Amino acid sequence: MSNGRQIGEAILDLQNISLRFGGVKALTDISFDVREHEIRAIIGPNGAGKSSMLNVINGVYHPQEGTIIFRGKKRHDMDTHEAAEAGFARTFQNIALFKGMSVLDNLMTGRNLKMKSNFLLQALYWGPAQREELEHRRKVEEVIDFLEIEHIRKTPVGRLPYGLQKRVELGRALAAEPKVLLLDEPMAGMNVEEKQDMCRFVLDVNDHFGTTIILIEHDMGVVMDISDRVVVLDYGKKIADGTPDEVRNNEDVIKAYLGVAH
Amino acid sequence: MSDNVRLPSLSTFPRLLMHHAQVRPNHPATREKDMGIWQTWTWSQVAEEVRAMASGLAELGFKRGDNLAIIGDNRPRLYWAMCAAQCLGGVPVPLYQDAVAAEMVFVLQDAGIKFAIVEDQEQVDKLLENMAQCPGLQHILYDDPRGMRHYNQPFLHGLDEVQEMGRIHNRNHPEFIDGEIDLGQPEDVAVMLYTSGTTGKPKGVCQTHAAFIAAAQSGCEFDKLVPGDNILSYLPMAWVGDHLFSFAQATYAGFTINCPESGDTVMTDMREIGPSYYFAPPRVFENLLTQVMIRMEDASALKRGMFHYFMGVARRCGAEILDGKPVSGTDRLLYALGNLLVYGPLRNVLGMSRIRVAYTAGAAIGPDLFRFYRSIGVNLKQLYGSTETCAAVCLQPDGQIKFDTVGPPAPGVEVKIADNGEVMVRGAVMLKGYYKRPEDTAEAIDALGYFHTGDAGFFDEDGHLKIIDRAKDVGKLANGAMFAPNYIENKLKFFSHIKEAVAFGDGKDEVCAFINIDMGAVGNWAERRNIAYSGYTDLAQKAEVYELIRDCVEQANAELAHDAMLSASQVHRFLILHKELDPDDDELTRTRKVRRGFIAEKYAVLIEALYSGKASQFIETEVKFEDGRRGRVSADLRIVEAKTCLPQAAKKAA
Repeated sequence: MSNGRQIGEAILDLQNISLRFGGVKALTDISFDVREHEIRAIIGPNGAGKSSMLNVINGVYHPQEGTIIFRGKKRHDMDTHEAAEAGFARTFQNIALFKGMSVLDNLMTGRNLKMKSNFLLQALYWGPAQREELEHRRKVEEVIDFLEIEHIRKTPVGRLPYGLQKRVELGRALAAEPKVLLLDEPMAGMNVEEKQDMCRFVLDVNDHFGTTIILIEHDMGVVMDISDRVVVLDYGKKIADGTPDEVRNNEDVIKAYLGVAH
Repeated sequence: MSDNVRLPSLSTFPRLLMHHAQVRPNHPATREKDMGIWQTWTWSQVAEEVRAMASGLAELGFKRGDNLAIIGDNRPRLYWAMCAAQCLGGVPVPLYQDAVAAEMVFVLQDAGIKFAIVEDQEQVDKLLENMAQCPGLQHILYDDPRGMRHYNQPFLHGLDEVQEMGRIHNRNHPEFIDGEIDLGQPEDVAVMLYTSGTTGKPKGVCQTHAAFIAAAQSGCEFDKLVPGDNILSYLPMAWVGDHLFSFAQATYAGFTINCPESGDTVMTDMREIGPSYYFAPPRVFENLLTQVMIRMEDASALKRGMFHYFMGVARRCGAEILDGKPVSGTDRLLYALGNLLVYGPLRNVLGMSRIRVAYTAGAAIGPDLFRFYRSIGVNLKQLYGSTETCAAVCLQPDGQIKFDTVGPPAPGVEVKIADNGEVMVRGAVMLKGYYKRPEDTAEAIDALGYFHTGDAGFFDEDGHLKIIDRAKDVGKLANGAMFAPNYIENKLKFFSHIKEAVAFGDGKDEVCAFINIDMGAVGNWAERRNIAYSGYTDLAQKAEVYELIRDCVEQANAELAHDAMLSASQVHRFLILHKELDPDDDELTRTRKVRRGFIAEKYAVLIEALYSGKASQFIETEVKFEDGRRGRVSADLRIVEAKTCLPQAAKKAA
């Protein structure tokens, strides 16, 4: 990638994370860091703990052991909304949009945290609330322009094809102007063309807004193409960490993916 | 306005622009939907933008006589770029924006392009791909900076920076641009438009300011276009039609052009703008009608019943009311009711509520289609012309509309029919010549100054011109009967289920045809009948679809049987192609005309199978995707016979 963006210092440092659900160990002693402005992929076979890892990062799960350092400070166990305020936004493996609402309204919900005027003023659409809404609408229009979804602005999300819904979901995450974007299988179930589009948008987001991206993906071609560094999990343990080339040639990774000859 | 234009001072487009900036500085000149909001530039703002762009270009070294390539969707700054080049005495050369990189090379080389103004990263990438073959290309300017941050080639410039540079230049040399504009003469070439290349390599058609101003003037006076009019500019800028309507006429009359947000939003944008003046090739009108029909089939029984009843009323008297012909009182009343309940709302949905004049050209329009729009009160008319004649040879006057003619010659244009039936044109709107092709120019323009259009046609009893086909395509069947393939193809294409047709028969005993089904219409039809299909190739080969298409072909045959000249041209056998004909595969021109010769060569096996009477034929074809990748489609194509009718004329005689 001939890319001008500057990959900076570690923005997020996960140290010795362990997560258990009762007796089930979802994550065991995992450490890795994410640098500012980079695209960081988490890969691994089914049940390796990838989504759990993402949920730890955005505050859905609280690990029993380990430390999360965000921007140089140790992070306490935070709620999801605190994580969102800190600049984390995510998309989901199974699309989680408001199906009956238009694309525009769905994206506006992404601005929710940034709305400051109170509920009553918003309901009356009066004074500061009106000014604020216009400002938010402008931001949302920038996202619409960026993702090239002008033609479906007013279409209810439920009527859109799957690939476009995925794009709208990315749009909602972008509307929150995140520092760190968590993408849970953004290309799952897409055809080749849709995947190419999505790859381009992910790269553009990273390049244009300088957003740090943490990505879970099954499509190896995609992962190897777009990520700067890859961490590989298997049975809740980290088995490799490095650039796509390093990971590709790592024997443990090959074993985890292809199985071992007995 | 028209009085002013006769003054020598308003004889070029830059002078017209500066005139509008003075006379109506605050009147909207250009609108574009951006960030979900319509942005407006007034004539004085446009003049300022054009000055800045022209000065910036001059700073970069653009000189009198240079050609400026313009590539992109309809963006305000690309329209302004045309005028900016003209200010400096340069020639804008718009290219089709959806052409793949390799196709652009020819025009870039042929026109000796040094400067290009393009829309975005996509177009920049295409030009960069061609840099090796076009050593003359010195500067590329882009409108949209998105994704361009990491391009550090010194010859790439953002239009913003170039315009800023031009503004500084203007402050230091305030007289410069006006001086350059004064140097421009009406006989200078104003624009170079490339022919679509239906017949071999594209040729650069050089049109002068005088020619396009004459064409714009005759159109504007003919239809009384005023500054208050609005037009939606959404057709390719490289097409003569768009250049005439969105650039020449808008700059002449001073009306407002409106650029849609993107190609996908044209329908919505049209509804929001409600243009008063509209231009579209028949295919666009057809797509709109197909959509209406599909949606009506899904409407409630009450609405459907109302729609069909009042469409019946409209068919009976709508067009007559529009033409101001006498109609019975009951029909008038029913039509008024229909207007309230059906036609009005329908026009509104189509974004045609405010249309005063709409034109169609570029291909034959089906009588049903044409009648449909006129009957719901849209003043749709036909015109005839070509790139070489500024698209302004014939125009249909209000009230004298016929379905199968293109109207009498426009004011100031002389039309004659040659002995072989070819249409010949003489007048101010004619081309100056083909760029760097004196022999082609000499061939096209005869000693008396007539331009040979290459179209075959004749005048009817009212002096209206009727076009039947390209003169060189008109052939003969083995028995000597006339064979006009385009005429037959159009008859077939008038059916909503058929998107494209290619007829063969020159020198053969009988006529056979390739058909492309319309994916939207046939797909919907199939879903209604619970016919499962996986894609175009699969749907095209369904037995039910063949039955459907055979029905259409047989109806077309029945109509052809009525025509004394063409009754021998009925289609005997046909097949449905396994892929859609596509300009990317060179099967259609960029203006979507079929390239019959190329198709005949590419699918020679299929033609052989048609004429040898086989029941099916296997074929595999390479297809090119828009991004330049290639793939293959293959299928076993069924070949089906269609019933033909006895020639009606002959029967009567017997």
